[in-house]
Amino acid sequence: MRTVNVIRAQLRASVALAVQYRLDFVVEGLLALLWMGVTLVPVIVVFQNRPQVSGWTFPEMLLVLGWFVALKGFLEGAISPSLMNVIEHVRKGTLDFVLLKPVDAQLLVSLAKIEPWRSVDLFGAAAIFLYAFHRLGRWPRPEHVLLAAAMLLAAILVMYSIAIVVVSIAFFAVRVDNLLYLFQSIFDVARWPVSIFRGFLAIFFTYILPLALMTTYPALALLGKLTLPTAAGALLGTALFAAFARAIWRLSIGKYTSASS
Amino acid sequence: MKYALKAYPQLLRTGFAEAVAYRAEFLIWMFSTNMPLVMLALWAAVARSGPVGAYTQKGFAAYYLATLLVRLLTGSWVVWEMTMEIRSGTLALRLLRPIHPLLAYSAENLAAVPMRSIVAIPLIVIFLWNVRDQLAGDPLIWVLLAPALLGAWLLTFLVMAIIGTLGLWLESATSLFEAWLGISSILSGYLIPLDLFPGSVRAVALVLPFRFLLSFPVELALGRVDRAQALLLLAAQWGYVAVALLATRTLWRAGLRRYAAYGG
Repeated sequence: MRTVNVIRAQLRASVALAVQYRLDFVVEGLLALLWMGVTLVPVIVVFQNRPQVSGWTFPEMLLVLGWFVALKGFLEGAISPSLMNVIEHVRKGTLDFVLLKPVDAQLLVSLAKIEPWRSVDLFGAAAIFLYAFHRLGRWPRPEHVLLAAAMLLAAILVMYSIAIVVVSIAFFAVRVDNLLYLFQSIFDVARWPVSIFRGFLAIFFTYILPLALMTTYPALALLGKLTLPTAAGALLGTALFAAFARAIWRLSIGKYTSASS
Repeated sequence: MKYALKAYPQLLRTGFAEAVAYRAEFLIWMFSTNMPLVMLALWAAVARSGPVGAYTQKGFAAYYLATLLVRLLTGSWVVWEMTMEIRSGTLALRLLRPIHPLLAYSAENLAAVPMRSIVAIPLIVIFLWNVRDQLAGDPLIWVLLAPALLGAWLLTFLVMAIIGTLGLWLESATSLFEAWLGISSILSGYLIPLDLFPGSVRAVALVLPFRFLLSFPVELALGRVDRAQALLLLAAQWGYVAVALLATRTLWRAGLRRYAAYGG
């Protein structure tokens, strides 16, 4: 109960902070729309030349892109801004103030800064889904939507855990503050279904850096093509990885020596 | 001017030393330029079942590796630095120095090029070696590549300087630049080769300045244009550079008149 209250208060504070800048809200919202267009254009050009790519038709590919747009919005609107703050805290030594509070530090830093205008991405993703299913000429069955929702939660959890691990590196090497940007840019690969890759890259993006889990699996789930063993394996892997990230975070916090004078 | 010419080599040396000092960050920034490779992954999958337009799988590899190389060599970051310094008021420090701030910025950005090359060239050369049959055969075209790259660097820098200077009026100059970046990534050939666009879009994209930021040097390296076209395009590129230079100068003068440094 207490945790829920803390989360509510944190969210309220960070939204209140963001809506002070009303012009930004409009400008950033428009920019999010523009980037969504930039994401779509190459796919439209590709499918003018081919009816399908690696077994994916245009509307099916749109489903992957829809998940990509939504997750990218989530990553750049909620996860990254908050965790970027941690690196700042470590450098300045102000993490002390966070650690002193009688609430779990990971929880506190994870919701510290949110950019509500990135919710435009979520609406954009919804529009892409609607159009894709319109093109497909059928709607997903309820159990498939449920499975997709489960995969989405797993995707968010994995993304967040990777970010936590990346940020934990800041405790050891303060100079690598742009590692999180590197992860953001690698995430760009997730805009394509993982089946376009062959050999080592296919394995890498499925098991080592599981981008497949983030966009391909939820899209397959919506299409009813995701098998239950794969889904179960993905969920189990997610749980293990989240636990691992949590352990890394605790280890790093232990190593933290305040930088202030 | 004479003074600036004398100071410029030293500014370059300082900039280079800075790039070396922040090499870890530098490397990571360079690795986060990966969109050409992401696009290559898609097109390589598409071209598995046969060439698209004039591009085979190898053709796409050559195109996107050349794109990556041009992007790494011609990149700047001046717009971020300018808007930050305008906001924090540290631009005042630059104004006190006896050298034009834009010249100083250009030296800092130019001085990073050797560092970028050291990291980028070995990697790219290996790749280009594998796709060398896709490259231009005419030696004169390769001679023209040097001024084309310089032009692309200058144009990139000047566009950033223009938008950065607009930061003297606007608070959201970086958003404006983001919008430019989005449009440019489509129309400069960064994401898709311009000749794969449908006819009408391509016709527009070929004359807009975006092409000369990136696509033009790539087209040269891949031998997509003959000598006469190459010379004409080079003239057009430097025409755009001249216009941009004039615009930067005019805006900078007007902007400084209303600039009041923040902070104490």
